Amino acid sequence: MTKISSMAELQKKRQELQAAAEQAKSGKVIVNVSLATCGIASGGKEVMEAMKEAVQAQGLTNVEFMQSGCMTYCYAEPTVEVTLPGKEPVVFGYIKPEKAKVLVEKYIKNGELVDGVLPVNYERVVF
Amino acid sequence: MADKKQLRIATRNSGFIDPESLESYLAVGGYQALGKCLTEMKPADVIETIKASGLRGRGGAGFPTGVKWGFAAKYQGERKYVVCNADEGDPGAFMDRAVLEGDPHSVLEAMAIGGYAIGGNNGTIYIRAEYPLAIKRLKMAIEQAKAAGVLGDNILGTNFSFDIELKYGAGAFVCGEETALINSMEGNRGEPYTKPPFPAESGYWNMPTIVNNVETLANIPAIIMKGADWHSSIGTETSKGTKVFCIVGKINNVGLIEVPMGITLKEVIDEIGGGVADGKAFKAVQTGGPSGGALTYKDLDVAIDYESLMKCQSMMGSGGMIVMDEDDCMVSVAKFFLDFTMDESCGKCTPCRIGSRRLYELLDKITLGQGTMEDLEKLRSLSVNIKDTALCGLGQTMPNPVLSTMRVFEDEYRSHVVDKKCPAGVCAELLEFVVVPEKCVGCTLCAKVCPVNCISGKAKEVHIIDQAACIKCGACLDKCKFDAIIKQ
Repeated sequence: MTKISSMAELQKKRQELQAAAEQAKSGKVIVNVSLATCGIASGGKEVMEAMKEAVQAQGLTNVEFMQSGCMTYCYAEPTVEVTLPGKEPVVFGYIKPEKAKVLVEKYIKNGELVDGVLPVNYERVVF
Repeated sequence: MADKKQLRIATRNSGFIDPESLESYLAVGGYQALGKCLTEMKPADVIETIKASGLRGRGGAGFPTGVKWGFAAKYQGERKYVVCNADEGDPGAFMDRAVLEGDPHSVLEAMAIGGYAIGGNNGTIYIRAEYPLAIKRLKMAIEQAKAAGVLGDNILGTNFSFDIELKYGAGAFVCGEETALINSMEGNRGEPYTKPPFPAESGYWNMPTIVNNVETLANIPAIIMKGADWHSSIGTETSKGTKVFCIVGKINNVGLIEVPMGITLKEVIDEIGGGVADGKAFKAVQTGGPSGGALTYKDLDVAIDYESLMKCQSMMGSGGMIVMDEDDCMVSVAKFFLDFTMDESCGKCTPCRIGSRRLYELLDKITLGQGTMEDLEKLRSLSVNIKDTALCGLGQTMPNPVLSTMRVFEDEYRSHVVDKKCPAGVCAELLEFVVVPEKCVGCTLCAKVCPVNCISGKAKEVHIIDQAACIKCGACLDKCKFDAIIKQ
């Protein structure tokens, strides 16, 4: 990244990045896999691979993958958050590689929910 | 779950952004708080804001963060240091790791804000070497932030510069204590020293130093952006904001939670934690790890904040919450934690070094069924003595597991001492496995599975366990299909 040399530039940069993120969300499926130490230990990386393969096998081209840190649901690792274009994100728990395939075939491809949806029981501070 | 019980401030970005991407952090308002401080606020304003927000140290002791910063700002020094304490070591606690792995930039940003506030340009993160992923992500974040000009020389084109380096700890529990941590960073033995002087006056390399916990720091950017009034409107009268807890142990929804101060234990266990696992009865929860104590089924309505936990002989600690059910023996639990602190005592002061061993020995004696009523008195008076005389926080809080369990479960201690029974059925020496003659059908399974062949009886006749030879392994109990063996 080029140097940000003033507060105004920082604000501009943020707006650009935010707009780009919004843009991506409106047209693409965003798959976010929780990959902190715990998520990795419970097989998160394998899940990410399995989903990438399944996406390819299904011929889907509008899926973007990202990694994040702890999603706080230790009891349900590995956890994957899927955001369909224009929809609220949904977090799925207990995703093993086998189930990851089903998740791609059902929810990502057809918007059909699968079990293991985790309740969002928090409010998050944004600014 | 109808209303949302959790409020995520310190963990606001974890799980939402890519921790290895600065762009991802900038998109959610990253480094805006630092920019705001540098361009719109004087250092004294920053300190006033943090003071007014009511933020207190999340490492456990709860010292007001703004006051600490104020002290360090007042003292003169050739250099001043901002130290991030990432030496997380309580059994069952992992919230600092979650923040560092999920949102490393928020900690860096807060450290730079701290540096600006106290007039320091050097930051050090003291992190245990057992956290390799957190270390990797922190290193990446520091490099990215420097390249983008939000860290390093002349941040955002201003004349403020701030650099951050990492120091690795070898995993000694006592190094989470700030003076021991400073000793360790300087290459000395990780032993605490007597305060004053406090680190704010003379800390790292004898320079004014602020030592803040990871979670404390993670709150700072949000406070700067949303304002002190917003933060102080959350929580109880004395404890503002939120606290991150790791609920572990015998609970359905093991996980990381962030809740407003003042939430009741009942809400945490039942509504967020999903209740005790396997339908068992809730007995107690250990807060504050080995330095904390047990909150029990009698304390379900306690509003969790620094002061109310102290009243229960526990402490906030860094945020581990170990849930225990009816099958846990409180004497054994206290013994487990004493075993930990006994090992982790650095040995510098006598009350901690010898006191912890004596406490452990007394507890061990009780679990073996050899305790006397006099021992219970000794436990209590020794605990109080250690609390009053130990040098640092480790020793001063080490008796908490004993005192807090004795507060509510004195009956259980008495059972061990007077009746020689362990009501929860944990202490092997106090257990008896017996066959219920009415239920035994003489299937011989128990006799076959017994590793010491102490069960006798003919097929289709009632079996008998030889108590003198029994090693109390419980294999027969697990094997019996007719519930004909009981533990008492």
